[in-house]
Amino acid sequence: MIEFSLWDILRNLLLATRWTVLLSLVAFIGGGLVGTLLLFMRIGKRRALRLFARYYVELFQGTPLLMQLFLAFFGLGLFGIDVPAWLAAAVALILWTAAFLAEIWRGCVEAIARGQWEASSSLGMGYVQQMRYVILPQALRIAIPPTVGFSVQVIKATALTSIIGFVELSKAGTMVTNATFQPFTVYGLVALIYFALCWPLSKSSQILERKLNVAHRNH
Amino acid sequence: MSLIEITEVRKSFGANEVLKGINLDVEPGEVIAIIGKSGSGKSTLLRCINGLENIDSGSISVAGAQLQPDEIHLKALRLKVGMIFQQFNLFPHLTAGGNVMLSQMVVKKTAKPEAEAMAHKMLERVGLAHKFDAYPDELSGGQQQRVAIARALAMQPIALLCDEITSALDPELVSEVLAVVRELAAEGMTLLMVTHEMKFARDVCSRVVFMHQGRAHEIGPPDAVFSNPKTPELKQFLGML
Ligand SMILES: Nc1ncnc2c1ncn2[C@@H]1O[C@H](COP(=O)(O)OP(=O)(O)OP(=O)(O)O)[C@@H](O)[C@H]1O
Ligand SMILES: [Mg+2]
Repeated sequence: MIEFSLWDILRNLLLATRWTVLLSLVAFIGGGLVGTLLLFMRIGKRRALRLFARYYVELFQGTPLLMQLFLAFFGLGLFGIDVPAWLAAAVALILWTAAFLAEIWRGCVEAIARGQWEASSSLGMGYVQQMRYVILPQALRIAIPPTVGFSVQVIKATALTSIIGFVELSKAGTMVTNATFQPFTVYGLVALIYFALCWPLSKSSQILERKLNVAHRNH
Repeated sequence: MSLIEITEVRKSFGANEVLKGINLDVEPGEVIAIIGKSGSGKSTLLRCINGLENIDSGSISVAGAQLQPDEIHLKALRLKVGMIFQQFNLFPHLTAGGNVMLSQMVVKKTAKPEAEAMAHKMLERVGLAHKFDAYPDELSGGQQQRVAIARALAMQPIALLCDEITSALDPELVSEVLAVVRELAAEGMTLLMVTHEMKFARDVCSRVVFMHQGRAHEIGPPDAVFSNPKTPELKQFLGML
């Protein structure tokens, strides 16, 4: 039987970590774009779009991500479309992230005091101008800490994609365990790597939040 | 023709009729104090004049133009009528100067140098030229309210609506804001102000409107209203019963 050194194990895990990072980035950036679109639908003036965005968010927040992954992976397969695991993983995670980001950001927009709307209205600004020059600049600032904080959830959520066969950190952990029969060492390392990815993010989210609370403005 | 004509204006929130047929004509240069108990509809009346609330019936016209609830008409109206709020409502992410410049540039499409010159001029007018680069949270309440006045003035309105603009201020800061308003009145600005400052209303205003349960219950020159109230409601409000 082949002997595996600790370095062998770690090296394999780190190679797979690239895919976790890449998938997280894709989910976060793609989710951010789709989320922005949903946000504007949700807070906009068109009722149909508002409802669409609301139900979208409720649907994606109200079902397990795992089911969304299965549906993206097997569902499309039913229609004879062969979806590779990486594509299903990316699409499902983007849509899932978008729902949560849109909801976080909507909260931030609604947190802006009503007086800001009224003052800018009374100065003659229209809806788009109010959004662009008064509301969003303020909402953006309070949105930064929870948005960074949510990126941690995205990283952890990528672990689920191992179930549909996408080889990222968790899947690699399982594969290495099967080869080495050292589950405790392997999964311990896997956990450590996740922690190394997530901890700096949640820490900076906390620091940002404190900073923004102290300096209540933009300079 | 009056500058502001308010005719039979009615407004309800659900089943609660807050304005029950208000009639009031305001001449150019008049300074009108609106007094009355909490909940009598004073704020609602001002908010209707500025289009922040839609009226249910009746009509409001400003400088001959009817108030209509579509965005183009509203915008035209708001260019004529400025509003100042109890809570200042400055934009916290902009400096005092930025607050005064923003709507000029965005709404009137004034070029930046002109908007800046105007902002300096208006801040000067309220005695805050030296605070151009200060952010709202670096200013006292009185200073913030004066910036809000400068911001409204920069749009060159023909009338200003003031809703209890000194009520959120510490007592020692009230006079600096009232001094600015007094000056505006002296310069001939048309003012409609909801206020609890009875002495100020008496000194500065040309007419006083006493609102009671959604009606303009008694209207008259300050001397008549304060020294010789006709209705028992006004007597009670003034503490004379
Ligand atoms: N947006 C709203 N929705 C429902 N009811 C409202 C709304 N705004 C005001 N009201 C009601 O209308 C009535 C009059 O309110 P308004 O703010 O005009 O009174 P006010 O005379 O300004 O009182 P105060 O001196 O306390 O400011 C109150 O009963 C209030 O509860
Ligand atoms: Mg009020």
